[in-house]
Amino acid sequence: MGLLHPKATFPLSLVFLFLFFLMASAEEEFLEELLLKPLPDRKVLAHFHFQNEAPLAAHSFARHHHLFPKSISQLVKKFHIKTMELSFTQGRWNYERWGGFDPISSHNAKPPGVELWAVFDVPQHQVDASWKNLTHSLSGLFCASINFLESSTSYSAPEWAFQSALGSLRYGTLPREAVCTENLTPWLKLLPCRDKAGLSSLMDRPSIYRSFYHSQRLHLAMPTAASNGSKSGIILEQALTVVLQPDNQKAGIDHVSTKIQPSWSLSSIFGRKISGRCVVAKLSNIYLHVERGPVTQLENLQKKTSKIAANDTGPEDYRRNSVFELSVTPERVHTELEKSSSSLYEYSIKDYKDIEQFDLGLTWKHPVVWSSPHAPLFASRFLMGSGNERGAIAISLKSTEVTEGLAAANNVEERCKLQVNVLQIVPWYVKVYYHTLQLLVDERPQVLTDFVERMRVSPSEDKVSPGVMELVLQFPCEMKSAVLSIEFDKGFLHIDEYPPDANQGFDIPSAIISFPDYHAGLQFLDKSQSKSPLLSKLQERSPVLSYTEVLLVPLTTPDFSMPYNVITITCTVFALYFGSLLNVLRRRVGEEERLLKNKEAKKGVFFRRLLTNVSAKLRGRPSESPLPPPSSSSLFVNSKLIFRVLIVAGIAVAWQYYSQ
Amino acid sequence: MKRKKVQWFWTWVLGSVAMRLILLYFPKNLNLSLRPEVSTPVTSLRRLAEGYWLKQSSLSPYAGSMYHGSPLLLTLLGPLTVTRVEGQPDHLLCSLIFVVADVACAMLICGAGEKLQVAYSSSLQFLGLHNLSEDSELLPSGDIAALVYLWNPFTVVACVGLSTSAIENLMVVLSLYGACSRLAPLAAFGWVMATHMSLYPAILIVPVILLLGYGPDAPPRKLFWRRKNLEVGNSTCSDSYSAEEEKNQLKMANVFSLRPVVLFLFWTLLWSSYVLFLCSIYVQQYGGLRELFRRTYGFILTVQDLSPNIGVLWYFFAEVFDFFRNFFLLVFHGNILLMIAPLALRLNHRPCFLAFVYIAISSMLKSYPSVGDSALYLGLLGLFAYELKDMNFSFFLFSGYVGVSLLSPVMHNLWIWRGTGNANFYFATAITYTCFQIILVVESVSAMLNHDRMLTKLYTAKLQNVKS
Repeated sequence: MGLLHPKATFPLSLVFLFLFFLMASAEEEFLEELLLKPLPDRKVLAHFHFQNEAPLAAHSFARHHHLFPKSISQLVKKFHIKTMELSFTQGRWNYERWGGFDPISSHNAKPPGVELWAVFDVPQHQVDASWKNLTHSLSGLFCASINFLESSTSYSAPEWAFQSALGSLRYGTLPREAVCTENLTPWLKLLPCRDKAGLSSLMDRPSIYRSFYHSQRLHLAMPTAASNGSKSGIILEQALTVVLQPDNQKAGIDHVSTKIQPSWSLSSIFGRKISGRCVVAKLSNIYLHVERGPVTQLENLQKKTSKIAANDTGPEDYRRNSVFELSVTPERVHTELEKSSSSLYEYSIKDYKDIEQFDLGLTWKHPVVWSSPHAPLFASRFLMGSGNERGAIAISLKSTEVTEGLAAANNVEERCKLQVNVLQIVPWYVKVYYHTLQLLVDERPQVLTDFVERMRVSPSEDKVSPGVMELVLQFPCEMKSAVLSIEFDKGFLHIDEYPPDANQGFDIPSAIISFPDYHAGLQFLDKSQSKSPLLSKLQERSPVLSYTEVLLVPLTTPDFSMPYNVITITCTVFALYFGSLLNVLRRRVGEEERLLKNKEAKKGVFFRRLLTNVSAKLRGRPSESPLPPPSSSSLFVNSKLIFRVLIVAGIAVAWQYYSQ
Repeated sequence: MKRKKVQWFWTWVLGSVAMRLILLYFPKNLNLSLRPEVSTPVTSLRRLAEGYWLKQSSLSPYAGSMYHGSPLLLTLLGPLTVTRVEGQPDHLLCSLIFVVADVACAMLICGAGEKLQVAYSSSLQFLGLHNLSEDSELLPSGDIAALVYLWNPFTVVACVGLSTSAIENLMVVLSLYGACSRLAPLAAFGWVMATHMSLYPAILIVPVILLLGYGPDAPPRKLFWRRKNLEVGNSTCSDSYSAEEEKNQLKMANVFSLRPVVLFLFWTLLWSSYVLFLCSIYVQQYGGLRELFRRTYGFILTVQDLSPNIGVLWYFFAEVFDFFRNFFLLVFHGNILLMIAPLALRLNHRPCFLAFVYIAISSMLKSYPSVGDSALYLGLLGLFAYELKDMNFSFFLFSGYVGVSLLSPVMHNLWIWRGTGNANFYFATAITYTCFQIILVVESVSAMLNHDRMLTKLYTAKLQNVKS
């Protein structure tokens, strides 16, 4: 609009104003939030969450969007996407230290590389076509090689272990994909303020890519209206989860020796401050999540120092206590329902102006040690065996304090069961023998059928599809450890199928372990009078989910420089076989030679006879055969020769004629 | 006439069985079942067990590019792969079946050898080459062949390594035995089953028909014709009764008798439709016979699995450019087919030897060769111990086979397990092995033709003596 002539802009702007009102009535909204959380291992988690909602216009002529990215809405319309999630991740979420039982980890901990899954709203037979088109579109949108997911060897259709979507779900991962700033820029372009204003202005590229783990996620959902079951709109959720190490040197104290957690502030971890909200954002909040561990310790300390905690409240108390100190007073504090559990400090950056900048800092005053809540079972996966011929994949599940507590609690009742869903996808060149699936519970081999509730296997097809194994296992709660192992042969590929760095090995994508009986969700006292999507996400009861490690399988390689040698040598051997065998078969020795001679003597060749005669005369000896050759036979030979020549010539002419 | 046996024949047979049983009890079968030399994608019992497992979990046994064998084998061996005997090795029952198959195979070779020898010495007698026939009777070639088959390390390794090639070999030998003893139904059964299991024995239909038509191996037919001419010339001076009898024999030796061949073809039709019927019942809900052929014969013909074996095709197809792939598939399989006619023309008086040459060629050029295939033709080679006694390079070949079978595992280990060698090392041993096999085939054919020449020479000399 700025390019237009001012006079021309006036009526135009009127039109736009009108349109704007139309859109406003349709309620497109954008919300931005940031969650900060100190992690037990001296790191800080920053979780940016942007939500963009657009109503789905019933009359599809409304192609214009006020805030919502047009490319995404076109994508949804074109491919009939019901739900879709795309994540770019670098680093691995450390379930042991950073927790596996909270909503952040089960939603935002993703396998390394690219993970894409989508549920389509199309008939079964069109799902694959939609998926292929979608991967190409996304590949273009996000500057990533998502189009490699197009080939049927790289995606699969898990039926129930991941999410139940009745066959219209497709799932694919690219563990090797390098994630960098060229993927983040298009992702930021989907935000109305990009990274120019608001919370996203914190996203300083060097500090993000220096992090231990970062995962940018894009989630598309089409919630159905409760009343008529039709889709009410598109919700685009964009989340960036970063685990950062606060800079110790800045503080000047050696925190390792003092065991005090490093203090940090927004400016120290991101190198930037927030100068204001994104003006189109309906909500712009920052939360600080302090886990149960420090809170409990704080309460203990307060009890010790006999400070009366009965009438706590008072934001100032929250800001400054004996364990830590916040640089800004929170606007509101949410505490969990249970006593002595995590609390959430809320800041709103509605009021900050350009001049004064918002910078939240946390200074620890007392050494605190705690651990994040873990998933019921701690899952890890590893390879067994050596050499490049075969091996085995083992998934080990170890009980954590959650299950131990359960076992203790449920001792009185009937046997408590722990349900575990396992989804394991292997590429086709890892040829899995499903009949070798073994289960060790508490280090003793067990009969599989005692523990496997349900099992679905779709074996891999060479060069066509990956192998998918979905398992539902039921373990007793008192179980200490379980190991699932399955053997495989390593495939041998054609030289064209190896990637350029073939000796690096091939990746087996992460297995997904989920616990459908457990739900990660924080219950806050004040049942959401706020309209924060991040808070409602945190409170949502979602199943606990964890990804295992990506496995690197080295495969044997042929010699890539040898195709010509191999072709020529092999063909030589075949020629040797063919030639020598034919030679043996048509060789004539002894009596056959004599027979041949006789025949020759009978028929004779005129010229040769002549030649021998001449040579004999030259030597001055009488010729061996004084009889002159019969002219008729020589004529016959000549005519035969002429006939042969004619035949060959005829064939050559015919060949020439037909080949043109 | 009581035939001479090799001394301690049965002791040797029992000894070989005992050795197999002892080897079975080594932990994990000495890892032989995982060796690339023993178990190819087509013959591996592990893949068969996977196919059976898939079938049990109501999937197609051919889903997942694992199993490529016959459904009949699956029904026979599948249940045995999951039955465990307490305190015994895992696949004991399967191993026992393979041991029995090996012994049965050796016995059939022995039986066929005896039949061949009787026929051969009688035809030599008939030609009047009495000293030769006595020579040939001195060597009990059937027993030798059986013992060579049983004690061949290749056979032992294939049997202990749980390769299904033992059963394929049994079917091939069954068909040859049936043809030698003119049992058309048996020959047809063996041929149909062998073809059903591994496709390549299909070319054995030529020697089997020749065997049924002309009878077992004999000296060149030309000699009998000459003798006939001689008979006609000398009929006045010889005894009329004996001349009549010999004429009958002559007829037997020279006339292609159509009856057993027609019977064989009829039985082939019967057996093959029966086998196809059983298979179609088995794969009914998994895509039918079309899918079955695609997964078994298609897999063999298109060389999809590029895992290393003792042949050369795996590396060739791992390296060859994709657009030439189909061309070379045609060329390599054509190589087997091209040689059928010339060999059949030249060796039609020796159908058993012809069968040996065909088996050797196909086990050399097949897409997934294993030592089990080599074991069969090396065993059959023993049947012609007398005729091939003048073979060239036999010591060279023997050392070559020993050398390659020692070097090949070493190179495989260097490449796959240690990572210090590369694929070319292993491929070099495979090339060498193929070359030795080629020399063996060429030299044995050449020795057989030379033997025929020698017979002709002797016979013509004898005739001239008679005439003069």
